[in-house]
Amino acid sequence: MSTTTPHEIRRATRDTQQLIIGGVASGLARHLGLPVVWVRAAFLVASVLGGVGIAYYAGLWLLLPTDSRFASDAPGLASATRTGKRPRTGRRITDVGPAVALAALGIGLLFAVEAVVGQGAVFWPLMIGLGGIALLWRQADEAQRERWLDSTGRLDPVRAIFGSGGWASYARVAAGLVLIVVALGLFSVRKGSFSVAGEVLVAALLGIVGLAIVIGPWVHRLAADLASERAERVRSQERADMAAHLHDSVLQTLALIQKNSGDSATVSKLARAQERDLRSWLYDDPAPADTTLIGELKSIGAEADEAHGVVVDVVSVGDAVLTEQLRPLVLATREAVNNAARHAGTARVDVYAEVSARRAEVFVRDRGQGFDPGTIATDRQGVRGSIIDRMQRHGGTAEVRTAPGEGTEVRLSMPISQEENHD
Amino acid sequence: MTDPTRVLIVDDHAMFRAGVRAELSGRREIDVVAEAEDVETAVAAVREHRPDVVLLDVHLPGGGGVEVMRQSREPEVKYLALSVSDAAEDVIGTIRGGARGYVTKTITGDELVRAIARVRDGDAVFSPRLAGFVLDAFAGSIDVAAVDEDLDRLTDREREVMRLIARGYAYKEVAKELFISIKTVETHMSNVLRKLQLSSRHELTRWANDRRLL
Repeated sequence: MSTTTPHEIRRATRDTQQLIIGGVASGLARHLGLPVVWVRAAFLVASVLGGVGIAYYAGLWLLLPTDSRFASDAPGLASATRTGKRPRTGRRITDVGPAVALAALGIGLLFAVEAVVGQGAVFWPLMIGLGGIALLWRQADEAQRERWLDSTGRLDPVRAIFGSGGWASYARVAAGLVLIVVALGLFSVRKGSFSVAGEVLVAALLGIVGLAIVIGPWVHRLAADLASERAERVRSQERADMAAHLHDSVLQTLALIQKNSGDSATVSKLARAQERDLRSWLYDDPAPADTTLIGELKSIGAEADEAHGVVVDVVSVGDAVLTEQLRPLVLATREAVNNAARHAGTARVDVYAEVSARRAEVFVRDRGQGFDPGTIATDRQGVRGSIIDRMQRHGGTAEVRTAPGEGTEVRLSMPISQEENHD
Repeated sequence: MTDPTRVLIVDDHAMFRAGVRAELSGRREIDVVAEAEDVETAVAAVREHRPDVVLLDVHLPGGGGVEVMRQSREPEVKYLALSVSDAAEDVIGTIRGGARGYVTKTITGDELVRAIARVRDGDAVFSPRLAGFVLDAFAGSIDVAAVDEDLDRLTDREREVMRLIARGYAYKEVAKELFISIKTVETHMSNVLRKLQLSSRHELTRWANDRRLL
């Protein structure tokens, strides 16, 4: 939940999923928490008013990193994505509608401005040139995205420009270059009144500037890529170690299962422990286990499973940093889970945790034999001392609902004080 | 209903298909009509056999289970997602793609048969985990100017039902706890499913990615 997760530094990125031109507007909108249409409209309005918007857009496009860095998905998901077993998130048609409308509005406004001011001489070459540059930069983006997905690791200059090819990339580069050349041509024709020497000078200068503009993004991104590539190498080595460890543990488990193939209880316990191990590695968020409430509850579930051979399914909504204040909740949960595993006589315990900004609640439920709360001896520590009294001592509440044959549900609730959360 | 439910099993692991088939084959109320191993064969099988219920793996060569639902365009066919992946993104994505429910592959045979029957009857199947995801997805306060307010939030009752499901209650127990009929519980579940599929909240699609960053 919003207030309770540890802080991360948020960086604005360009959005490569819902982009119209370069994903600057939608990336910015996400960063600032504004509707994307507003941002796009702002850029368009600013573009009409003297072209500032275009300059801003181009500048941000150049400087903002893309969000399609090395995907930080869990390995199982990343692999499923690579092998085409998951849907690719493409651009949604619904997003195009407003953009088309905005573009039409913008072009209309441009014509209006031109009709009033009559700046056609500089305006059209400029627009055509900008269009060309935009196309080239767009291609630089595509090529960069390809490079991230490319596992060969070598930088081939042709691939660096065209990515894996395809008519779209060639067309983008060709059209971009043609547009820029046309713009330069138009410009020098309009300026035909200058002397020939001046014309040549201008042309040469424009050529150099054009070249710099064309190559600039690639050089800039190449440098950025190299730095990230280094980071990724470190990470992939860690992953390789982890994979080796896991394969190793799977082999051990299989060996154990073969040895115990007669004992179904042991076999299923082994299989479950291994399954949990693999599942958490493949599909879970790589959050450190013992620093958050949910992480701790999951490890309680795993412990109980190993000790008592009971499936403990932990479902959570939200999460919080594990503070001293939440510690009693964790301990009470452990007691409740262990009670259920030991006494309920069922193979499954459901744990549901809901963390909001104000309180954390945990429900531990089993469908076992239940008991009559009246018959529990007062000297028995379990329920009274470890759960109810402990929660009350620390400002929380605990309630046990049970009846013989009905199963048991323990409801725990602990308020979260705001000050402790915001440090 | 006396006819057995006609089921298509879609999964890229042959061993898993064989396991499910073996588990379902002994039961009179289920008739496994075909198997498929990727999006292409699954779409073909759906068109050919028109099964009542498709057991659909979420991770499937050719674009994932969502792609099967998108391409086959058979409104009569109901889908039940069955996956080893617990990733929120996959689960919500599949439900939004049109699946009537989601269960993990560790589900027992009896539970699977019940889930199939429920999906065939047009009801929704929520596992505790899916209910948790739903609550998470609809949790944030809704600041964004919503296109359709009603679709973008759960009613208190629906939220209550979801919480009970997340806590491991069976439909029957939910009904008893809230003093309502099972039919009403099923109506609430179907409504939640519909909201999940039709809600226009754009965060919902991003929610799974962003929820740790917010």
